[in-house]
Amino acid sequence: MIYRETGQFKSSYASDQAIFPIVQDRIFVLLAVAAAFVVPPLVATEYWLQAVLIPLLIYALAALGLNLLTGYAGQVSLGTGGFMAVGAYAAFKLSTSFPQVNIVIVFLLSGLCAALVGLVFGIPSLRIKGFYLAVATLAAQFFLIWLFNKVPWFVNYASSGTITAPTRTMFGVMVTGPQSSAGARYVMAMALVALFALVAKNLVRGRVGRSWMAIRDRDIAAEIIGVRPMRTKLLAFAISSFYCGVAGAEFVFLYLGSAETTAFDINLSFLVLFMVIIGGLGSVLGSFLGAAFIVLVPIFLTNAPHLIGLPLPVALQKQIELMVFGALIIFFLIVEPNGLARLWQVAKEKLRLWPFPH
Amino acid sequence: MTRSRIALIGLLALAVVFGPLAGTVPAQQPQGIFIPLLVYRTGPYAPSGIPIANGFVDYFTLLNERDGGINGVKLVWEECETQYDTKQGVECYERLKGKNPVLVNPYSTGITYTLIPKAAVDKVVVFSMGYGMTAAADGRWFPWVFSFPTTYWSQASAVIRYMGQQEGGLEKLKGKKIAHIYHNSPYGKEANPTLEELSRKYGFELTLLAVDHPGQEQKATWLQVRRLNPDWIFVSGWGVMNQVAVKEAAATGVKMDHVIGNWWSANDSDVVPAGEGAKGYKGATFHAPGTNFRVFQDIVKHVYDKGKGAAKKEDMGAPLYNRGVVNAMLSAEAIRTAMGKYGNKVLTGEQVRWGFENFNLTEQRLEQLGMKGFTHPIKVSCEDHEGNGPVLIQQWDGKQWNLVSEWIQPMRDVVRPKVEAAAIEEGKKLNYTQRDCSKEK
Repeated sequence: MIYRETGQFKSSYASDQAIFPIVQDRIFVLLAVAAAFVVPPLVATEYWLQAVLIPLLIYALAALGLNLLTGYAGQVSLGTGGFMAVGAYAAFKLSTSFPQVNIVIVFLLSGLCAALVGLVFGIPSLRIKGFYLAVATLAAQFFLIWLFNKVPWFVNYASSGTITAPTRTMFGVMVTGPQSSAGARYVMAMALVALFALVAKNLVRGRVGRSWMAIRDRDIAAEIIGVRPMRTKLLAFAISSFYCGVAGAEFVFLYLGSAETTAFDINLSFLVLFMVIIGGLGSVLGSFLGAAFIVLVPIFLTNAPHLIGLPLPVALQKQIELMVFGALIIFFLIVEPNGLARLWQVAKEKLRLWPFPH
Repeated sequence: MTRSRIALIGLLALAVVFGPLAGTVPAQQPQGIFIPLLVYRTGPYAPSGIPIANGFVDYFTLLNERDGGINGVKLVWEECETQYDTKQGVECYERLKGKNPVLVNPYSTGITYTLIPKAAVDKVVVFSMGYGMTAAADGRWFPWVFSFPTTYWSQASAVIRYMGQQEGGLEKLKGKKIAHIYHNSPYGKEANPTLEELSRKYGFELTLLAVDHPGQEQKATWLQVRRLNPDWIFVSGWGVMNQVAVKEAAATGVKMDHVIGNWWSANDSDVVPAGEGAKGYKGATFHAPGTNFRVFQDIVKHVYDKGKGAAKKEDMGAPLYNRGVVNAMLSAEAIRTAMGKYGNKVLTGEQVRWGFENFNLTEQRLEQLGMKGFTHPIKVSCEDHEGNGPVLIQQWDGKQWNLVSEWIQPMRDVVRPKVEAAAIEEGKKLNYTQRDCSKEK
């Protein structure tokens, strides 16, 4: 009854083309974003900020990047971890070489570095498709990790090969480094994610996004109606890698504080791919929902035995967690192959008709 | 709407409602000194992680059962599974931080690197016993990090000294070929700078061969070894990598008594899978293997006979189990040292840090602990958080580990200047300043 668009007339093209044409949607999203900025830093404990919410936002950004490539442009990629590593190492090199540069600019520049690398590794996509492309991007994953392990220049010749986030401030508040508060880092991650989600939402509604989807759905048909496959595919790779690169930089600077190449190994690529698949291919909201699912469910499963006062040995608990999590994913994909975003959409449609079932 | 979809929505709703509760379980302040144990009993590193975790828990249980804790103050601990993964380690640390831990044993170089900056802010001692960041052994730059009884760099120098002894003098190493097969991670790389320096100093030819995580695939590495035909092989492996390395070494036909694992690469679980082939394989250690010490009789009496053991009685005495015991003992003795100054009560992280810094384990104290000959006396100071402990070499005879060397001194003249130089570099990365040790009391 509340969620009804009756009486909302659109009298201009601008209002008709708004991201959220329904007023209730607009209010809800604005309130949700505002709440996401304000509530957690005030309410959440450091554990929640540091171990749950910050990684959640960073994974969401990476999933968003992969979703643009895989969900919208239809190019399967297993190189996410590698592109995130590019962003992380670029951010480390840039911020240690130019300490005076603002950290946000460092993040954006490292995103650009990742975009360039993504462009290069996107070239095979012009000739190969589907699973074969997945294998080609897998090469990117392994090559990049090998490179950062092999060349000591990337880690400023640190003997351990570890990169450490230096301390940087924004508006006088420490946002990176060990002394920065988790709240500040959370707000920083939230701001970047909100900004890039907005950009992504607009990208996929516009010409670029439509050409991506045309390529995804039938590339020959797309070519015939005038979509240039090379430019479109490479652009998808570049923009997707940009997102992943920024996420990688945040991964080290806002979340872990220091990292080695194993933090960006193939598991990370799979994890982000699962987020995209579970959240919903071709959906901005899905990236967030998928990231939330993958981050929150294992933590919930780890803490659940404690919650009900059942002290299990940690090894057993971990194994149960893995089994339950795996079973959940399978169950999930059978019941709702289109992902969490689809569930949300169904719920919205039901709500519009409520209380009248159809 | 299908039934399964309803079930799905129900599940999700459940997770949304109860998920946030999970983290907010009222962090009950434990009654006693709280020590978080970051363990890995699952995953590719479990073969190494399980015995350590068991040794730890058994020794702490012994203290609580036999003495009622440390000077009557109970020890409380909680295990958290990290799978040797830095992200999970951070999650564990943050979760257990709410219970006011006094010290943390990360048991992973990656996690140690991540925790070093954090723990200093939270006032928690990082006790990375024989692992972690070697540079942190300079206590003037890293007041919160302790790595005694010794570090990777000291170990590497002691192993080279041992190789020299076997060849008939360090000068005989000239022209010899030594290969270092290492886990391609901060942990494995840690020894490289020292080995490189020693190779320049003594003129041996050093080849560095990296094995990527997790280390199940080493065919290419051992092909290189076969081509190179090195005189000595030093292995820095961990978890499943060790078993594979020992098996491959046996299959390659290198002389097993010229293969020396570092102290994380010489456990029963590393050699047993290779069967007869592993005979003769050596490993470094800073404590004796086996159960021929009074402390183990106490563990059997007070822990296993009461049914409170973490493992099976027969698993005691494996090098990594004993390492867990040593680690637990050193932690407990440091806390005891702190109690000497602050009294027998639940201490804070800062007080325990003082205990670590003024740690002095004497031969006499070892005797009282039932560990005479088990490990070496150690003295820590404000400058030196390493204690520069000596190293033993043990050898696998097909059934058990036997000590085959005396205590081998590390080359402090080579290692210490490197530690100090590296500490400046690492400390500057974290915006640390050097403290003046003459002002500490």
